[in-house]
Amino acid sequence: MAPPEAVPQQEQEQKQVPEQVRQSAPAAVLEARSVSKRFPGVMALDDVSFSLRAGETHALVGENGAGKSTLIKVLTGVHRPDGGELRLGGQPVRFARPFEAQQAGISTIHQEVNLVPLMSVARNIFLGREPKNRIGLIDFARMHGEATELLDGFGIRVDPRKPLHTLGIGTQQMVALARAVSVDAQVVIMDEPTSSLEPREVETLFRIIGNLRCQGIAVLYVSHRMDELYRICDRVTVLRDGRHIHTGDLAGLGRVRLVSMMLGRDLSEARRTGLTRFDGDGRGDGHGDGRGDGHGEERDEGNDVAGTPERTPALTATRLNRRHQLHDISLSLYGGEVLGLGGLLGSGRSETAKVLAGALSLDSGELTVGGRTLRRMGSAGAIRAGISLLPEDRKAEGIVPGLSVRENIVLAAMPRLSRFGVVSRRKQDRVVDIFMRRLRIKASSPEQPVGELSGGNQQKVLLARWLCLEPKVLLLDEPTRGIDVGAKAEVQSLIDDLAREGLAVLLISSDIEELIEGADRVVVLRGGSVAGELEGDAVTESRLLEALADHSPAPTGKAPAGQEDPR
Amino acid sequence: MNETTPVAVAQVPPPRKRPAVRGDGAPHRGAGHRPAPARRLLELLRSQGVLAVLLAVVTTASFVYPTFATLDNARGVTVQASFLAVVALGMTLVIITGGIDLSVGSVFALGGVLAAWASQWGVLPALLAPLLVCGAIGLLNGFLIARAAMAPFIVTLATLLAARGLLLAVTDEGATTYLVPKGSAFAGLGQGSVWGFGHPVLIALVLFGAGGLLLQRTSSGQTLFAVGGSSDAATLMGLPVARTKLLVYTLSGLLAGLAGALNAARLSSGVTIVGVGMELDAISAVVIGGTLLAGGAGSISGTLWGVLLLAVIQNLINQIGSLNSSYQSVVSGGFLIVVVVAQRCLARGRRAG
Repeated sequence: MAPPEAVPQQEQEQKQVPEQVRQSAPAAVLEARSVSKRFPGVMALDDVSFSLRAGETHALVGENGAGKSTLIKVLTGVHRPDGGELRLGGQPVRFARPFEAQQAGISTIHQEVNLVPLMSVARNIFLGREPKNRIGLIDFARMHGEATELLDGFGIRVDPRKPLHTLGIGTQQMVALARAVSVDAQVVIMDEPTSSLEPREVETLFRIIGNLRCQGIAVLYVSHRMDELYRICDRVTVLRDGRHIHTGDLAGLGRVRLVSMMLGRDLSEARRTGLTRFDGDGRGDGHGDGRGDGHGEERDEGNDVAGTPERTPALTATRLNRRHQLHDISLSLYGGEVLGLGGLLGSGRSETAKVLAGALSLDSGELTVGGRTLRRMGSAGAIRAGISLLPEDRKAEGIVPGLSVRENIVLAAMPRLSRFGVVSRRKQDRVVDIFMRRLRIKASSPEQPVGELSGGNQQKVLLARWLCLEPKVLLLDEPTRGIDVGAKAEVQSLIDDLAREGLAVLLISSDIEELIEGADRVVVLRGGSVAGELEGDAVTESRLLEALADHSPAPTGKAPAGQEDPR
Repeated sequence: MNETTPVAVAQVPPPRKRPAVRGDGAPHRGAGHRPAPARRLLELLRSQGVLAVLLAVVTTASFVYPTFATLDNARGVTVQASFLAVVALGMTLVIITGGIDLSVGSVFALGGVLAAWASQWGVLPALLAPLLVCGAIGLLNGFLIARAAMAPFIVTLATLLAARGLLLAVTDEGATTYLVPKGSAFAGLGQGSVWGFGHPVLIALVLFGAGGLLLQRTSSGQTLFAVGGSSDAATLMGLPVARTKLLVYTLSGLLAGLAGALNAARLSSGVTIVGVGMELDAISAVVIGGTLLAGGAGSISGTLWGVLLLAVIQNLINQIGSLNSSYQSVVSGGFLIVVVVAQRCLARGRRAG
């Protein structure tokens, strides 16, 4: 460990400099100035500026679509910015390829392990810069020795000759880390490094980050785990919708405040209701209103058509577990109600939906649909059981852009609309006509390719696809993301209508307002487990924010890893 | 601020000794990390299982057929195998990067014709002409695959046809057969021998030695494995993916052309009908040799044994005499299936282990 006086000295100096001055302070190792990046139809980064200082651990946070990945890709040479510039050590730089960024001392650990599984551990670590002997051939003995030494420093004992794929995913991640650190990096970018690590490995990672800090290496740390950020990061940069929202010290920045910046919610209400009203168990016992305690004896006075809890739930999930992603998630979904599923990115909300729809397998847990317990069902089984999932990424997982509106709608219903394998065009047209009118899909004709429609109409086409299967349970993952305001309202009222007609709807949204207005109940996930459930009047912005942000009373940051807090 | 950082770094000794990439110290040995014997055997079987099969076949055949285990027969088999070996060497490199080169059979034939045609001006033109043209075809393959991101299967299928067409154009639709001048230095390259082993065998061995060094002991070789194992990862690691692909297809074209030239030298003429289906023999040899068809793993030595195994099988069928030589393909096909199934089982065992 480092002599304690060296780093604190540096730290204190940082803290004395006003923020405005620091933004352009020469100590910035890596700096992005007004960087913009446009993709077809999306402004992924809009005039984003931020800087990384030597020896700091800098958190980069933001929800889905905030532009974190794009920013990382710009910094590492995967994408070239459309506007603005990068500065490395004060000098403007342009990276045409990832290789150039690495040459310049920026190394990256990607979220998924980006190594070569068939090659040995040592070869992976040293690919492209193998130690050579006198006549220019690779010196394997030295390579294995150095790899062993390097990994020993990380507290990992593996045979460096072993193929990488024989190791656990956490160990693989550590090998990636070893590779990133063993080049002479000035900047190490870590994109969700802990998402596949065991707690013990996380501790090792933090120790390594502490070491990097001592060597004056800047770390850009992307994570959704608040605890981790507050433990090891000095400063934080918040992005939202491709824009820079905030950069500042993490210590002294409350968690609720941070979350509200990520989500774009006003802080005033959160402040007013504050931490005092949120008393730990996430149930809101302090509320004296009719539906606050969730036991339901006063349900019959309910102001909605939501199913009464005495009815059997359309879907019950009991103690769902999935390694690293879901821990003991239990929830019930009733016909005629919209259940909101809240949570920050990485909280397990999409994974939960995918598990319910059979698209992800479970390690343990039980799913009951319409009174029947399902063990392994898979996507086809889920559809048969009446569960439909509208996926989060409609481009990648739903829409077939080259096919027409009609073809996209009837895709999943094909077996029902055909006899002896021959598709009845007449039946198709009838179904398509009904849904196009009902969902008010705006297209020139049913034959128009879906790729030409607006985002909102694409979403409606997808919705129609699942609705013509006549599902009992509809899982909607971010149904209004990326669609314009008018279409958003339409989709939202459509969701209400569907619930009123008796469908059980699970609504996942990072838009707090959408959850509050659209959902009868809200289950909040955090770190893969249920953090709380809000019902009726308890569904308020402040309580949601608190549940999202973690209500444990730790508004200020703890000491960074790798040293004791000197103050 | 700009002073503090270096100062802080200077004051704080790095907690972990960062190993120098170049140093003259004694090589470190990874102590206490020997693979378990069973695993090592499995590993050996996977990469060199073909060698065991080859030895078994050769031993058995030596007892059964007295004419098999003679020096003359060994010389004949190795010379026969040497041309395919050189082609398969290039194919191994291509397949390790996850690609395929279907054009080698045509390129082999074209190389032979060009060499025979150019041999009238001496040995140097006779080698340069096929190398230049076939290297250019390989480069074109590589360019289309690496830069234009086209599928290797399609690109090399197209050049297979194109090279065959070029060959027909050069030989007036196959009507002209160019002859290598008798007794020329070029003819000696194909027909001469050292201790009875033909020059082509020695050339093939030298090339395999060089190929093995390139693959196992150079950064470029490691990059080949990385590109085949995970192209995305290789890109993100900053490895020259496109350049590597360009290199392997060019090498494959060069080697196929060279093999064709050697074959022409041996036959004293540019035979136009050789090389048909040779790409499939080469692929068989590579896969039998333990290289994964999906890329990312394989070895040069395995390919050598694979080529020899195919050659020995053909030779045995000739020895048997009563067996129709058509069955040779059936037997090699059977071997291919057995080896691929065995590979898959071993791979599964390794994953479980």
